[in-house]
Amino acid sequence: MRTSRHALPRVSIRAFPAWAPWFFIAPFLAVFCVFTLWPLGRSLVLSFQQTYGPGTTEFVGFDNFEFMLRDPLFWKAARNTALFTCGSIFLQLPLALGLALLLNRSGIRGRAFFRLVFFSPSLVGLVFVGMLFALVFEKRTGLVNYTLHALIASFDPEFAWLQNYVLISLILAALWLYIGLNMVYFLAALQSVSRDLVEAASIDGANAWQRFRHIVLPEILPVAGLVVLMSIIGSFQLFELPWVLLNNTAGPDNRGLTLVMYLYQTGFLTGDLGYASAVGWVIALALAGIALLHRRTMRRRE
Amino acid sequence: MSPRTLALLVVYTLLIGFAVLTLVPFAWMLTSSFKTKFDFFNSLFLPAGDGLFGVAWDRLTLDNYRRLWLEHGVPRAMLNSFFLASVTSLGATLSAAMGGYALAKFPFPAREWLTTLVLSALIIPAPLLLAPGYQLLFQLGLLDSYAGLFLPAMAPAFGVFLFRQAMLNSVPGELIESARIDGAGEIRIFFTLVIPLVRPMTGAFLMITFLGVWNNFISPQVVLQSPELFPLSVAINNLRGIYGSDYGLIMAGTLISIAPVMCLFLLLQKEFISGLTSGAVKG
Repeated sequence: MRTSRHALPRVSIRAFPAWAPWFFIAPFLAVFCVFTLWPLGRSLVLSFQQTYGPGTTEFVGFDNFEFMLRDPLFWKAARNTALFTCGSIFLQLPLALGLALLLNRSGIRGRAFFRLVFFSPSLVGLVFVGMLFALVFEKRTGLVNYTLHALIASFDPEFAWLQNYVLISLILAALWLYIGLNMVYFLAALQSVSRDLVEAASIDGANAWQRFRHIVLPEILPVAGLVVLMSIIGSFQLFELPWVLLNNTAGPDNRGLTLVMYLYQTGFLTGDLGYASAVGWVIALALAGIALLHRRTMRRRE
Repeated sequence: MSPRTLALLVVYTLLIGFAVLTLVPFAWMLTSSFKTKFDFFNSLFLPAGDGLFGVAWDRLTLDNYRRLWLEHGVPRAMLNSFFLASVTSLGATLSAAMGGYALAKFPFPAREWLTTLVLSALIIPAPLLLAPGYQLLFQLGLLDSYAGLFLPAMAPAFGVFLFRQAMLNSVPGELIESARIDGAGEIRIFFTLVIPLVRPMTGAFLMITFLGVWNNFISPQVVLQSPELFPLSVAINNLRGIYGSDYGLIMAGTLISIAPVMCLFLLLQKEFISGLTSGAVKG
């Protein structure tokens, strides 16, 4: 092979037929143009239109966006989405980090087993988690109320999780589902922190909190930042879990209404794809803003 | 007890406690699916009785599963889910591997902006495309067909990005060049040389996509209208609308919907992880 390589002129060694890269990118590019770029452009046009079903449209300028500003349901959805996002970030992520820190201690046996157990709910689809937890939070017969009433006699077995405490139920269901996944990210980051460095600090008299604060935290910060960003993006797109959990509704008094659920309701139940697209663009722009802010903060940290 | 032993004891207690909290909903779902309506209301896990371990084993029933299987068209929905998930994951993986190969191994003029295009596609939120995507499928006459679910999934920007990274790391350019000199065609090089080198990534992406399609609810809910086309996610959720208070039936339906993918992952987990690490070492 070596001799034939030298026998050939240099140009033809590297040469590939000009069609080759285009042939390989073609399936992706064609589908991407038709089913992503085109709808993306359409959604911008649609957001300035009012539609009645997928067939008829009417140009209305900025009416959709103006209406959104005065639409109490939109604001309710935005508020619920924001509260859920806070629940994910301030409750779930610290717990996931705590679990990862416990698992990362030297001398822990069965690490692979625990990791698998904590991770297993992430394999369950949102729709199935919704169905399971709808029964888990059921009054009287549900897992939560039954257990709490058995443990604490004064706990009211009629406690209405899915009627009066919708967001809390939602945050707890999402906690069960996603904590293992986030823990896996944190654990991977923790395992790359040098054990020698932590031990050296320990010998120098640094206590557990000081070691975490000054050695471990700076090391895992890039990954932690990414996990926070992904949680925010995921929370902003929350739809299937509350929709199924609340039995294909937004819950009593729209207590479980999220932004994407509102998009779905206006677009597919009311049939105004224009207003739905406008809501979609507001979600997209909010996410883009958060991503930019995130990039800036992470850069300043470096 | 030394402080070190005590600390370890606390750590294990916390870990085991959390593991139990994670597994209890699964156990509850499993036991509920074998219970009659009466026993669902009157016992938390297994009904008490005179049998082994104080459990009335004879009161457990397979009736929920029998009804799902015979009366509610679950075998059909399960086949639908398997078909959709297999075909979509195979197609999406092929498209992603080909796209990644083009971006990683061909220094052609359009490479720069195509890579930028793929990267920027990663930040487009999926819900934004829901309404116009539905309108497009309506105009193309693809509503209520599997093509309407399958075709849009053939442009996995994330997959193209993953395969590009994998191929930059573990496919040496010299190998492709010498195969060309030996007279191998471009398509043959891709399938017999490049794909085997990124086998771990191929397996991982196949699994991720399969899981994603199996668990997807919103797309089939929006696109499909004929009940005989429904995958499990939509079929079981619809079942709840009619038999909402039949808790055992709902739990059995949920269980058989998640069991296949759980088993698949647990079976392949070892090969999956060792494959991933060997790929990293090779690179």
